[in-house]
Amino acid sequence: MTDTDTPLQPKKKGLTRRQKRTLSRGVQYAVFAAAVIAFAATADWGRLQNQFAQADIAKQMFPDVITLALKNTVLYTLSGFVVGLVLGMVIALMRLSSVGPYRWLAGVYIEIFRGLPALLIFIFVGVAVPLAFPGTEIPGGTYGKVALALGLVSAAYMAETIRAGIQAVPKGQMEAARSLGFSPAKAMISIIIPQAFRIILPPLTNELVLLFKDSSLVLFLGVTLEERELSKFGRDLASTTANSTPILVAGLCYLLVTIPLSFVVRRMETKAQEAIR
Amino acid sequence: MSRPEIEVRGLHKSFGDNEVLRGIDLEIRQGEVVCVIGPSGSGKSTLLRCVNLLEEPTKGQVFVGGTEVTDPDVDIDAVRRRIGMVFQQFNLFPHLSVTENLTLPQRRVLRRDKATAARTAAENLARVGLAEKADAYPASLSGGQQQRVAIARALAMGPEVMLFDEPTSALDPELVGDVLAVMRMLAREGMTMMVVTHEMTFAREVADRVVFMDGGVIVEDGSPDQVIGAPRHERTRHFLSRLLDPAMADVEEETSDQVGKSEA
Repeated sequence: MTDTDTPLQPKKKGLTRRQKRTLSRGVQYAVFAAAVIAFAATADWGRLQNQFAQADIAKQMFPDVITLALKNTVLYTLSGFVVGLVLGMVIALMRLSSVGPYRWLAGVYIEIFRGLPALLIFIFVGVAVPLAFPGTEIPGGTYGKVALALGLVSAAYMAETIRAGIQAVPKGQMEAARSLGFSPAKAMISIIIPQAFRIILPPLTNELVLLFKDSSLVLFLGVTLEERELSKFGRDLASTTANSTPILVAGLCYLLVTIPLSFVVRRMETKAQEAIR
Repeated sequence: MSRPEIEVRGLHKSFGDNEVLRGIDLEIRQGEVVCVIGPSGSGKSTLLRCVNLLEEPTKGQVFVGGTEVTDPDVDIDAVRRRIGMVFQQFNLFPHLSVTENLTLPQRRVLRRDKATAARTAAENLARVGLAEKADAYPASLSGGQQQRVAIARALAMGPEVMLFDEPTSALDPELVGDVLAVMRMLAREGMTMMVVTHEMTFAREVADRVVFMDGGVIVEDGSPDQVIGAPRHERTRHFLSRLLDPAMADVEEETSDQVGKSEA
């Protein structure tokens, strides 16, 4: 009866722990290989290529897909980001305010705009705003509308990010600033917010990636030919050529921007981790 | 005798139900160096923080340079410009270089021009012996160097009073000396200083007066030789014996009337 004496020793019958580990890993590889093979064997590659990868159709998209569509996507994204950042900053400060109604209002804003699909916001901005304020034109036409819609959506997320960043700055920083004679507002602007932004640079860049994709919702505002961005551009061309290649090309254009951006975010996160250590 | 530089009258401070200060009266004359000692939770840091209103007193008055700090209508930012403060955790601004740590407050708060601020910064860095670190960032400095920069930053504002909140408690033992040397220099130059500290040697050699606090009240107040050398009160003796020879202390029963374990 040796196994009662040393319960941690491997028992003689059945697989050893090492064998179990090898078997488990072997099964995982086998499942993966089977899935890849099944996908490759069942997909109709010829038709897929015919529908999605026609070189001549792809070629006729250039240079417009870059000079017009990608340019507009970037423009929409950046303008939405700027509006969202400014508005998000105001809401974050309201959320941290000592005045109750400000905190309350900021909380309501954040809950509403985080809870609604971005698509609905675009429709509201396109339809409801002109109805509610007749005669007022959102400056900048479509560009203004997109900046507003994307800004309204992203402000809710950015406000929470900025608030977290401000609260992550150690309390001693505000105390040191106040003890030097900074007013609360001056201390916030010169000391706290610059440090908060270093902390939240990675999540803010992530927000930029999300906005980049959400800019495709411009589709629902109705745009002129000159205002088309990647998704609309790709879809229009796909329907005129009765082929999906433009969709693939548009998708690749998104990745052209989002993958490097994600890479930058990961780099910043690693660096921030190292800075803490 | 001229009016005291710092005057505390009937000061009370509570955090919720926890009464940390229970009636403090204290006067510090111009040029005087007063060390405040006492066990942790005795309220000494809170007292210091009430002097520049980082903590709002519950009751009582504080005057600095004749201005009532506790007056609700006082321009507290203006008062604080005259009171330099040094923290246990240094609290340098990590996103700014050493020089910028000194120049930014001068420019934003005192509205000094760039050249004046830079000159004042250089002078004060030289005073604390860190002129060669002017372009370094706080993270690259040792704790002792950071604390000396923090002192220089406070001095650059031209304060009339300096408050020190356990300035050497977060330092490695071999770095304490440099910071104390700077403080000794300030004391010799006639700066009015209120120092919360556990450095008994410093208190003995540099302080004009030592104040012993326990349980939110001042238990003993007198010359260093008297308070540290020949304490009159049992509580002071007990505290000093534990501080000066911690290896010999006995295990103690926690008493329920101990106040404010959560000293800030």
